Amino acid sequence: MTDLLYARWQMGLSLAFHIVFAVIGMAMPVMMVAAEAAWVRSGRAEYLELARRWSRGTAILFAVGAVSGTVLSFELGLLWPAFMEVAGPIIGMPFSLEGFAFFLEAIFLGLYLYGWQKLSPPAHIAAGVTVAIGGAFSGAFVVAANAWMNTPTGFRLVGNTVVDVDPVAAMFNAAAGAQIVHMLLAAYAAVGVAVAGIHAWFLLKDPLDQFHRRAFTIALIVGLPASLLQPLAGDWAAGVVTRTQPVKLAALEGQFATESHAPLRLGGLPDPEARVTRYAVEIPGGLSLLAYGDPAATVVGLNDVPRHLWPPVTAVHLAFQVMVGIGSWLALLAVWAAVTQWRGRLFASRSFLRAMVFSTALGFIALEAGWMVTELGRQPWAIQGVMKTADAVTPMPGLRVPFALFTLVYIGLAVVVARLIRRTVLETAPAGAR
Amino acid sequence: MIDAGVALSLVLLLSLTAYALLGGADYGGGVWDLLATGRAAERQRATIAHAIGPVWEANHVWLIVAIVVLFTGFPRAFAAVSTYLHVPLLLVLAGIVFRGSAFVFRAYGPDDPRHERFWGRVFAIASSATPVFLGVVVGAITEGRLPERPDGAFTQIFVAPWLTPFSLAVGAFALALFAYLAAVYLTLEAGDDDVRAAFRARALISSLVVGILAATVLLLAIADVRRALTTSAWALPLHVATAACAVATFALLWVERYHAARVTAAAQVVFVLWGWAAAQYPYAIRPHLTVAAASAPANVQVLLLQVLGVGALFLVPSLLYLFGIFGPRGQQGRRIAGRIR
Repeated sequence: MTDLLYARWQMGLSLAFHIVFAVIGMAMPVMMVAAEAAWVRSGRAEYLELARRWSRGTAILFAVGAVSGTVLSFELGLLWPAFMEVAGPIIGMPFSLEGFAFFLEAIFLGLYLYGWQKLSPPAHIAAGVTVAIGGAFSGAFVVAANAWMNTPTGFRLVGNTVVDVDPVAAMFNAAAGAQIVHMLLAAYAAVGVAVAGIHAWFLLKDPLDQFHRRAFTIALIVGLPASLLQPLAGDWAAGVVTRTQPVKLAALEGQFATESHAPLRLGGLPDPEARVTRYAVEIPGGLSLLAYGDPAATVVGLNDVPRHLWPPVTAVHLAFQVMVGIGSWLALLAVWAAVTQWRGRLFASRSFLRAMVFSTALGFIALEAGWMVTELGRQPWAIQGVMKTADAVTPMPGLRVPFALFTLVYIGLAVVVARLIRRTVLETAPAGAR
Repeated sequence: MIDAGVALSLVLLLSLTAYALLGGADYGGGVWDLLATGRAAERQRATIAHAIGPVWEANHVWLIVAIVVLFTGFPRAFAAVSTYLHVPLLLVLAGIVFRGSAFVFRAYGPDDPRHERFWGRVFAIASSATPVFLGVVVGAITEGRLPERPDGAFTQIFVAPWLTPFSLAVGAFALALFAYLAAVYLTLEAGDDDVRAAFRARALISSLVVGILAATVLLLAIADVRRALTTSAWALPLHVATAACAVATFALLWVERYHAARVTAAAQVVFVLWGWAAAQYPYAIRPHLTVAAASAPANVQVLLLQVLGVGALFLVPSLLYLFGIFGPRGQQGRRIAGRIR
């Protein structure tokens, strides 16, 4: 493998690792505060126990998110110094705003975790709410910076020099709104469904357990509305891609020919050599209709793009299918939950509980797939149409060493975190232990 | 009207100062966790964990702020530092990852002494190693052996610029300084007299180590840097102030005036950093890159200053609230609970 490829793998691995903890840091505080608020209102001990356990989980997962986020902020320079030299001034504003949002998260998480005895209940809940708001803003600012890589604006390039930098215009780039909403919904959906899935497993064993019933309910309230709205946000994001990154659209749809009445493909395996996508279920005119609101509209295919500007078509298409498939399933799950609840059988329907258990990890898989769609789909560009990834990479040789180092560290961390969460959040006996 | 680049470098210096005073002391806490001895060792460790617990993540954010200001306001400096100092920065990152995760793994793990001892050890070792590499990075930027372009053998371009006696001495100095600061702070966090006496002794000894290493750094500096560190207009007053603070801290520790000692020790660290910054100016990285040449367009720097100003309106009250609740004053009279949970 070349150093460029090692650099891309290291960045990809770091992001794939961090994104899990980042979204947990956004959504877990919402649930932990909801549980505490329910405790204050109802006085039921299960809610307090729940808030305590979720805050313990948040403490561990947030810390890993914070350190892996620090790694990323350095890796931007360690791996892509030429990119940062150009992009730093342009997208520094959302990053500095993110710094403040992260500051508020860290400060108020410290107050929340260690302030059970020192803050009044309203002040304690307010601290937790601030963590949740800070998390949402952190995510939004970082995604705005990423969106700029897809739809770069707010500067002019004269030769190799960047002039007329307008950081505000860069932050409010064309893709920012759709990507931010899509990402925030993904965070709440993935975490809410995962937590609900874990508690559904306990409810299958004991449907009357009050503790797991309440945990399950809160997690569903966080996860399922977001799941229901996500297809709309996804359609919005796809619309932006259609207008601004037609090559990415062609790759994620496996569209090789430029044609009118382009079909929407469900599944399928693109063959970039033969320039055809096989085994897909095709809905005639579906892609033209979704992309342009007209089944007769012409969609530009990859054949009209020089081969060296193609993203890795197969990976992008498959990742997109996984994301869309899971997203649709989770939206369906939300409808199912609403019907089950309306019939008063939320905890009694074994098929629904089984479906939730089955879905535990799906939100996170969709999240990773969606991230692959947006990042791989932009290749070979680091900044769409402006700077290639290959031109951004550090001149430092031997990048397989840091790649191997961080791969080992992250695998080790993942194992430890998983075991710790199991032991301290899921298995400890509900008791008065603080 | 002050130049935006200069104003922004002052902001960068301020966030580095905050990081040294707060995050630095958290690293130092790890050093004393590693070196905890005697009957009171576990109580010393509990005191450290109790003091760091609520605040370390917030303290850590100052480093992120510094990095963001650097790459937004001085992109060329960020690119050069992260290219040529890749190796020590990677080690800093590994240290940060291990230190932060190990701390929460220990604090929120199961009630199992083996688990606590293992992650406590990881936390302590990572906390002790990271400041050395941070210091090496600062030393390399100061000494000025970074190449202008990446042409040459690997060791010459990516190792030689930082693997020097001077940079290593700065690394050792940073470690000693952070440990010293932590020991002084911890005298105020101690729940009983044994522990307080232990940290007092550690503070007194480490203040001497700091002095010796400061002299070593100065002796190992190349002529250019030594001249800047000693003869620039700012140098003398800052050196006098640093020395005065060092002596005052030693005396105050001796007579057990811990609140005052904390102030003078912090002031000492501030003067060390500012003295370094004054000697470094007008360079961002000696000797090729000045602050002006590293600067982003002026409108970007001005906007960044405004954003930071507005952000500070949220940040400062929040930080004051945090330290008001958990600072030593907030702990007074309370017994250390042993385990933090």
